[in-house]
Amino acid sequence: MPANTENTTKMAPGRAAAVEALRDVARVPGSPKPDPILVADQVSRQFGGLKAVDVTHVEIQRGAITALIGPNGAGKTTLFNLLTGFDNPDTGEWTFNKTPVAGKAPYRLARMGMVRTFQLTKALSRMTVMDNMLLGASGQSGERVFKALLPFTWKAQERANTERAMELLGRFNLDAKIDDFAGSLSGGQRKLLEMARALMVGPEIVMLDEPMAGVNPALTQSLLGHIKNIREEGTTVLFVEHDMDMVHDISDWVIVMAQGQIIAEGPPDAVMKDPQVIEAYLGSRHGSALTADGASLTADSQGGTT
Amino acid sequence: MDIGQVFTLTITQAFGVTALIYLFAAIGLNIQFGYTGLLNFGQVAFVAAGAYAVGVIVLTFDLSLWLSIVVALITSTLLALLLGIPTLRLRADYLAIVTIAASELLRLLVRSIAFKDVFGGAQGLNGKLGQEFHDLNPLPVDFTLPLLSWSRQDLWVVIVGWCLALLFTLFVWGLVRSPWGRVVKGIREDEDAVVSLGKNVFVYKLQALIIGGGIAAFGGILWAVAKQSVQPDTFQPDFTFFVFTILLLGGAARVFGPIVGTVIFWFLLAGFGEVLSSLINNGYIAFLTPTDVGSIRFMLMGLGLMLLMIFRPQGIFGDRRELALDAR
Ligand SMILES: Nc1ncnc2c1ncn2[C@@H]1O[C@H](COP(=O)(O)OP(=O)(O)OP(=O)(O)O)[C@@H](O)[C@H]1O
Ligand SMILES: [Mg+2]
Repeated sequence: MPANTENTTKMAPGRAAAVEALRDVARVPGSPKPDPILVADQVSRQFGGLKAVDVTHVEIQRGAITALIGPNGAGKTTLFNLLTGFDNPDTGEWTFNKTPVAGKAPYRLARMGMVRTFQLTKALSRMTVMDNMLLGASGQSGERVFKALLPFTWKAQERANTERAMELLGRFNLDAKIDDFAGSLSGGQRKLLEMARALMVGPEIVMLDEPMAGVNPALTQSLLGHIKNIREEGTTVLFVEHDMDMVHDISDWVIVMAQGQIIAEGPPDAVMKDPQVIEAYLGSRHGSALTADGASLTADSQGGTT
Repeated sequence: MDIGQVFTLTITQAFGVTALIYLFAAIGLNIQFGYTGLLNFGQVAFVAAGAYAVGVIVLTFDLSLWLSIVVALITSTLLALLLGIPTLRLRADYLAIVTIAASELLRLLVRSIAFKDVFGGAQGLNGKLGQEFHDLNPLPVDFTLPLLSWSRQDLWVVIVGWCLALLFTLFVWGLVRSPWGRVVKGIREDEDAVVSLGKNVFVYKLQALIIGGGIAAFGGILWAVAKQSVQPDTFQPDFTFFVFTILLLGGAARVFGPIVGTVIFWFLLAGFGEVLSSLINNGYIAFLTPTDVGSIRFMLMGLGLMLLMIFRPQGIFGDRRELALDAR
């Protein structure tokens, strides 16, 4: 397979490790991974008569960038909601770092290191960009009501958090906006802020629901760089995206959903050539590949998203 | 028409005992609604809890006033838990419905015949409720104010009340500029976002409800002490609505919003009343009688509020920029 026969020596170490680890993984839905951070079994969720999610088995490799793709309404966001505890499944068990976490409150999962962003961006409008960021920091003693009134107990921690926030905001080109209300940011800037805020938590896995939607092409490139950096720093990334060029560019592994089920898995090149995947996206009449150089899916798939 | 007298009467009310009672309730509501976004439509229940704690402890059980302050805080905390635990996990509007219903329920409970021995039924509890407090009054016995028409007793309540109000304002200021305040403001903006960052939103909402309720209970304590009487029918839902009015007038989520709102609210209400009365008494408005004043001043107040909401929807202290963000 092309992606795996690439010379791993000229890759960044994180990428090389991910490619190496996934080299021998079977390219079938639900295939076991060598070092999964997240393992889910029989997760299903029904809305009225519609089975929005029906995942038999899925594993997410630690330290890799995994893309979750699929047509509109495939159940990607619903799966995110279930795994992060924001929605309750009808059936299913899943483990995070080998700990069973089904039924755990979403804030507990976030504290354990599983942090998600939302498809419809949730910037805290009437708070400044900096306050948005600081809210992300975990383990703040000043957030305890009895210590809140004693600033000397939390000032040092606040300074350290502010510094870390500045560094992250710089990376996401938001450092000029720290004192602006988050509600005054543009749609794309809010996406960036939400991602930076999620990283403030110090997650082990970040789950990004369409992080690139509405971000301009010039910035997309640097954002791709940031996401790759996140992996190089050892954080696992699971993201939903419709832009196939981008998926192709940064992901180590791709999982394809359609009608609630996982229909294919594999490295980006292989998955985008999979006839089943092409059919799910374009309908059976189309025969072309989904890769960047082939007939690109990018333009067609953008329409109904966000 | 004696403009000087109208003015002093108005000022007396704007900074007076009744205004203070509303002020405490508004400071509490500012934490709950202004900062945390909790739609507590039953704030009057917390005030009633404070007032009845004093009434029951001092009059029914003949115990110390100081003990009743502790009891008031325990009662208001229990009330907050009772209202909050079942509803704060649900959508915001549930709290609104439950709190307004609970406040009425509580009022009907304390005025019921069944508990007449404890709560005094419809007449409430009347007697020397604040004696221990008034015994501490350091003002000279024959003391009279040169301009304002507070009695020696009321002045003592007003002085202590305003000191407490400033203390609570300072307390709120400290809270909301801390990381704790940041979390509750985040909850007001978008609960799910705050949850996704690993904060136990439920606990913060409960804390806000308890703190805000506790401050409101001080309004009730003040009420019992100053008026030496606790009557169930003064704790009607309209009390809560006036508190909301005060908060919006001064600007929600502003540290000084409740103070500004209270003074303006009572200044206008009392001002309308005094001006109207003196106009009627001097025969300038022939078609009205002095008994109409009570309701007309509320009509004028309503008109004023409408104008405020149209021309300055963020309140006196509010920031218009913030309001514009809501629309997006
Ligand atoms: N709360 C809900 N109530 C009813 N149906 C829902 C609900 N949430 C999702 N659905 C349905 O479940 C299906 C999956 O929705 P989901 O949002 O997970 O899709 P998605 O893969 O994220 O799509 P997109 O790419 O458009 O974001 C859709 O058919 C949707 O209509
Ligand atoms: Mg989605």
